[in-house]
Amino acid sequence: MRLLRIVPDDTKFDFMRFRRISFPVSALLSIIAVVLYFSHGLNFGIDFVGGTLMEVQSKSGPADLAKMRETVSGLGLGEVQLQQFGAPTDVLLRVAQQPGGEGAQQAAVAKVRQALGDSVEYRRVEVVGPRVSTELLAYGTIGLVVAIIGIQIYLWFRFEWQFALGAMIANVHDIVLTIGFMSLAQIDFDLTSIAALLTILGYSLNDTVVIYDRIRENLRRYKRMSMPDLLNSSVNSTLSRSIITHVTVTLALLALLLFGGHAIHSFTATMMFGVVLVGTYTSIFIAAPILIYLGVGLGREARKDEA
Amino acid sequence: MLHFSRLKVTAVLLTTFIFCAFAVPNFFPEKTVQSWPKWAQRHLVLGLDLQGGSHILLEVDTNAVRKEKVETLRDDVRRVVRENRLGSPAAATIRGTTVEFRIREGVDAQVALTKLRELSQPLGGILSATGQRSVDVVDAGNGIIRLTPTEPSIIERIRQSVEQSIQIVERRVNELGTVEPSIQRQGLDRILVQVPGLQDPSRLKELLGKTAKLAFRLVDQTVPIDQALTGNVPAESELLKSTKAENNQPYLIEKRVVVSGEDLTDAQPGFDQRTTEPIVSFRFNNNGARRFAQITQENVGKPFAIVLDNEVISAPVIREPILGGSGQISGNFTVQAANDLAILLRAGALPAPLTIIEERTVGPGLGQDSIEKGKLASYVGSAMVIIFMFLTYGLFGLFANIAVAINVAMIFGVLSLLNATLTLPGIAGIVLTVGIAVDSNVLIYERIREEVRAGRSPIMAIDAGFTRALATILDSNITTFIAAAVLFYIGTGPVRGFAVTLGIGIITTVFTAFTLTSLIVAMWVRWWRPKTVPI
Repeated sequence: MRLLRIVPDDTKFDFMRFRRISFPVSALLSIIAVVLYFSHGLNFGIDFVGGTLMEVQSKSGPADLAKMRETVSGLGLGEVQLQQFGAPTDVLLRVAQQPGGEGAQQAAVAKVRQALGDSVEYRRVEVVGPRVSTELLAYGTIGLVVAIIGIQIYLWFRFEWQFALGAMIANVHDIVLTIGFMSLAQIDFDLTSIAALLTILGYSLNDTVVIYDRIRENLRRYKRMSMPDLLNSSVNSTLSRSIITHVTVTLALLALLLFGGHAIHSFTATMMFGVVLVGTYTSIFIAAPILIYLGVGLGREARKDEA
Repeated sequence: MLHFSRLKVTAVLLTTFIFCAFAVPNFFPEKTVQSWPKWAQRHLVLGLDLQGGSHILLEVDTNAVRKEKVETLRDDVRRVVRENRLGSPAAATIRGTTVEFRIREGVDAQVALTKLRELSQPLGGILSATGQRSVDVVDAGNGIIRLTPTEPSIIERIRQSVEQSIQIVERRVNELGTVEPSIQRQGLDRILVQVPGLQDPSRLKELLGKTAKLAFRLVDQTVPIDQALTGNVPAESELLKSTKAENNQPYLIEKRVVVSGEDLTDAQPGFDQRTTEPIVSFRFNNNGARRFAQITQENVGKPFAIVLDNEVISAPVIREPILGGSGQISGNFTVQAANDLAILLRAGALPAPLTIIEERTVGPGLGQDSIEKGKLASYVGSAMVIIFMFLTYGLFGLFANIAVAINVAMIFGVLSLLNATLTLPGIAGIVLTVGIAVDSNVLIYERIREEVRAGRSPIMAIDAGFTRALATILDSNITTFIAAAVLFYIGTGPVRGFAVTLGIGIITTVFTAFTLTSLIVAMWVRWWRPKTVPI
């Protein structure tokens, strides 16, 4: 049987030269992401801003959104968003957080339930009060920061500090771009998004670490090779693995995206973007070449001149 | 790397087998599993997002506890003042979180201080003496003494209230007759109630939202209700409204409680024999029976009110003295309302009101959908990865697939062993693990390919490939594990389920990479003595 060879043996792409393009491009994209974040904002879900989310299914054929909107908007609950959710019978209602503390949220749910009555099946009801949403937002933010710091410390122990710093820059780059994507696509930003971001972080680093491992090995093995050559060789020799692993992860995520249902749709979409698109790119085009600027293997060029 | 001692082979296979075996109970119906020995019964628990149910986070009203604490202190101060003739009891008043008392002229401030200091008890008993006391007593000068409950004593009281509340919540929830409800304390002042398989949580919320403080009080007839409504309310009475079922009628009710719900020994729903209207019949303990008998004897012909959480359920006229220590409550109940009231009265009153601060309910329909979608995604995802691996690495791809299959079985085994909760994001975590777990194989195989290209003999190449790749595998997985650990710590519910499967998946992945994959390859090398490496 002839085996599939996605990447030919002994590739010799000059990835490092590409940094003159990849760095400005990444910088630009990051700026765009930040601008998006501030102009579009994130579509914060009820986990972080409080409020009520209801997933209802019409019992009599496709849901009449207009009629439902009319019914609900007459309740005086402020902003109520309705949106089709998957099947034509399914509707997602989002009621903004009610003024008047914790009890007011429950009262709002009762009102909506009363107004819609038995014509729909209540598939999911989530109510997050002001206190819990504030806490969740704090936990989410702290969690991201703690994860980044924890991973940095680990890398610092295992590699030299330049590697940890390089990985950190790559890290922040991934998160910034993914948040930009979420802002652009207006994906619900909730607890599962934090989970997605942390997973993206983990896997993007996984990739970076594989390449860094090889760089470290080559630094020991080829004392005289110039830094860009060494980085190129390291990335090229791990390229096949990077691609194959990404194919398998993509296949797994694709299955989740297509068949996993709506409940985890935004989760997998975010992950797809972060792990597959950004993560791989970052490891090869940012995390590796940035080591040149961080002073890894400083003096190698000079030594080469001497030789 | 390729040499395995017999002992090591046995150890690896045994460990793998044991962990896989723990997954077995999940494939048998619950009934069958229950007949097995206890240690073999551990199994996965489906999260509320998969089996449907309600997750309700309650917060104990700590302000009410603080308020009650100060009020109790004021009453204590008044008692001490009265007993020791330190002044007029009414001179002890509440100011914010403090009780203030002005000593009568001519009374020695030191004596008063000494007497009032007796109210301050050491906290935590003799064994855990911390030197902290329950009340701060301060001489503010000018004959004024201030008493404040200390923060540790309030925290202690909150802790007790939460403990008590949990017991009462447990009793109320158990009355609903649902399967395996879980009630846990969270943090200092929160209670998490998880009830699987509940279609509509309204009734549960209704039951949890009531403090259920029941009181029998007399109706104040000294002032006509019309006048009371315009503001002429006597000091020892208050205006209360009746329930919705009784049309929210206003009543003027004496503040004094004749008999409280604490004196009830039983409450049962039933029907009135004459009107066939739903009622709740109750029975008092001795103390309550005596007091109730006395009051009803003294007040024949007058109305008394049955008040629940400051709402008048009904205000019947006392036709004759009630001496038997039992009676019934009517109030235009529906059957369900009578039922619920009986539950509440039996379970007892909460020490402080509970507020629902978070609710997540998933209907059984959506749960079932999620299970099916999760299954489909798992099968499709796994199949695609398996096929791809086989196409890419042939025989070695097959080895990788065996390792991944065992890996997944072990994940289920470990999850069962921990009695962990499987959620939809958790399933996503497992699918993702399948995608990632093959990475360790890819790392090893790619390394072997490189070593072959570098001109090594097959066995040398395989050995070097394993040795070099394993360090990388460890490094790269630890970073992801850190992310999973953080996620576990900050996440709740479904997200935590994801963190759990992700974390366990990483551990089993590293385990299989280090042991099983190399074992399979070592066996193959030993049996076939390959001339070339087929990858």
